[in-house]
Amino acid sequence: MKKAFKIFGLVIMAVIVVSVFAGCGSAPKAQLKVYNWGDYIGEGVIEEFEKRYNIDVIYETFATNEEMYVKIKGGGADYDVAIPSDYMIERMIKEDMLEKIDFSNVPNYKYIDERFKNLPYDPNNEYSVPYMWGTVGILYNKKMVDEPVDSWKILWNEKYKKQILMLDSSRDSIGVALKMLGYSLNTRNMDELEQAKEALIRQKPLVLSYVGDEVKDMMISGQAALAVVWSGDAVYTKRENPDLDFVIPKEGSNMWVDAMVILKGTKNKKAAEQFINFMCEPEIAFRNTDYIGYSTPHTEAKKMLDPEVLNDRAAYPTEEDLKNCEVFEALSDVIKEYDRVWTEVKAAR
Amino acid sequence: MRRTYYAYPYLVWMAIFIVVPLFLLLFYTFTVTTEEGIRFTLQHINRIWEPIYLTVLLRSILLALICTVICLLIGYPVALILSGKEYSQNKILALLFVIPMWINFLVRTYAWMNLLGKNGVIDMVMNFLHLPSLQLLYTDYAVVLGMVYNFLPFMVLPIYSVLTKMDKSIIEAAQDLGADYITVLKRIIVPLSMPGVISGITMVFMPAVTTFIISRLLGGGQYILIGNLIEQQFIVVGDWHFGSAISFVLTIIILITMGIMRKYDKDYEGGAIW
Repeated sequence: MKKAFKIFGLVIMAVIVVSVFAGCGSAPKAQLKVYNWGDYIGEGVIEEFEKRYNIDVIYETFATNEEMYVKIKGGGADYDVAIPSDYMIERMIKEDMLEKIDFSNVPNYKYIDERFKNLPYDPNNEYSVPYMWGTVGILYNKKMVDEPVDSWKILWNEKYKKQILMLDSSRDSIGVALKMLGYSLNTRNMDELEQAKEALIRQKPLVLSYVGDEVKDMMISGQAALAVVWSGDAVYTKRENPDLDFVIPKEGSNMWVDAMVILKGTKNKKAAEQFINFMCEPEIAFRNTDYIGYSTPHTEAKKMLDPEVLNDRAAYPTEEDLKNCEVFEALSDVIKEYDRVWTEVKAAR
Repeated sequence: MRRTYYAYPYLVWMAIFIVVPLFLLLFYTFTVTTEEGIRFTLQHINRIWEPIYLTVLLRSILLALICTVICLLIGYPVALILSGKEYSQNKILALLFVIPMWINFLVRTYAWMNLLGKNGVIDMVMNFLHLPSLQLLYTDYAVVLGMVYNFLPFMVLPIYSVLTKMDKSIIEAAQDLGADYITVLKRIIVPLSMPGVISGITMVFMPAVTTFIISRLLGGGQYILIGNLIEQQFIVVGDWHFGSAISFVLTIIILITMGIMRKYDKDYEGGAIW
């Protein structure tokens, strides 16, 4: 009996030792750290990349550009690829946080629509590859809102007290207030910014909650009547609940581009470029845009989309819709004031 | 032979993860980086006294106090019942109190969102009974409820453990001398359980005053508390100096609270019992 135990023990030992060495046998896998928005990639895309290139992807997510910036700037993170928005890319280029991309390693860049190249945030197209684009607008429940929705002012209407969801994101929410007041959402005028702050504080009692990704579930389940959302979330939620509709208010809004960038200090630039190229493959780009609902700047992927989606003005707005829309600028010189305003809005009762 | 060197790894651990961060906190609180370099400043501390931030601080303390009082009012009788004759034999009820703590508190707080939310469980019951639906989620009530729910065990368990260890012969002696239950409770049990009450109060008040996740999930980012303000400074705004300054002020407040509680505790042990 005792002997049987001993043999059993020896076998276990042998198995452990062998398995440890077996692990060492194959070459250590390369690693790629990707930092993306939450809920912002097609299903199975990462796994397919890992399999094809034999690279381990460590995938982490953020909820706002500011959160991503602070984490990378703080030095506590060593991501290789990130997917921030336009104004944040501009700021990161200025602060020397990005690596130039070698576009000969990203041949699929040719599929990106010319309209999304050489935009002001990356004028010579050296640092970024557009991933998705969209707008900010009002998502509303037709059963709960009986008047036409065409202006930001409806978010200040007492009638919808505790039925309004705002974005928990400084630039987006301040931008909404600025546009409502008829100002530019890139204002450098402190007086206009103060007025936007007052407006947001005035609006606070009407707001049910300041939200991030949970806005989708809350609007689908009818927990609020009106919400400020990014256009792709509108496409997704409309699919789930036909009572919902999306509008870009007449005062204009923000038009944005999220693009893939490589961060300074990456240890695996080649893998990072492989990843970006992979994401621009027509099939993969289609799977991403189809799953998350955001509008793709990828010409081939767009061709594969359902005509119904292409005709959806939430996803692919007309020139008329975009007439008053602006792209965020980095505003490096006054961004501290925006941060202060946002802190005070959140702290106010 | 006393092997004090066993404690050295712990001392090193404390130095690295408690003392050093505290000095970092002090450093960030009292410095500002300008073009000429880093210099001493009080501007961050002064900023906290602006009415807008002061209100947040006072609101956090008020909510934490309410939470502590409710926890004490519910927790003491519960601990008393748990330690009573009927239940002290089988530990099942005490176990039932501990089991929810095996589940991560974040998950349990999310569960409350589903219960309290519009079209949530409570709302559905109200609708079924043709009662008006209540706006429960994203209010102060929801935040206090979440805090009481999460921190109640921290009040019950210390009191329970003091009560079970209490020398029963003192109670019997009092009863032999003709004291009724109320008198025994007032003169014997409550005074003897004071150390448990004190540690319960500190263990509830401290996490309650610094919480940021409960107020975010159940308060909807509207009812911002001091913990949220600190989190926002570090995570969103990136103003480590102001964030540290708020943490510093909060630390001082907690230290003062603990000092007062300590003193009160000692008075009791020294005088009232004998």
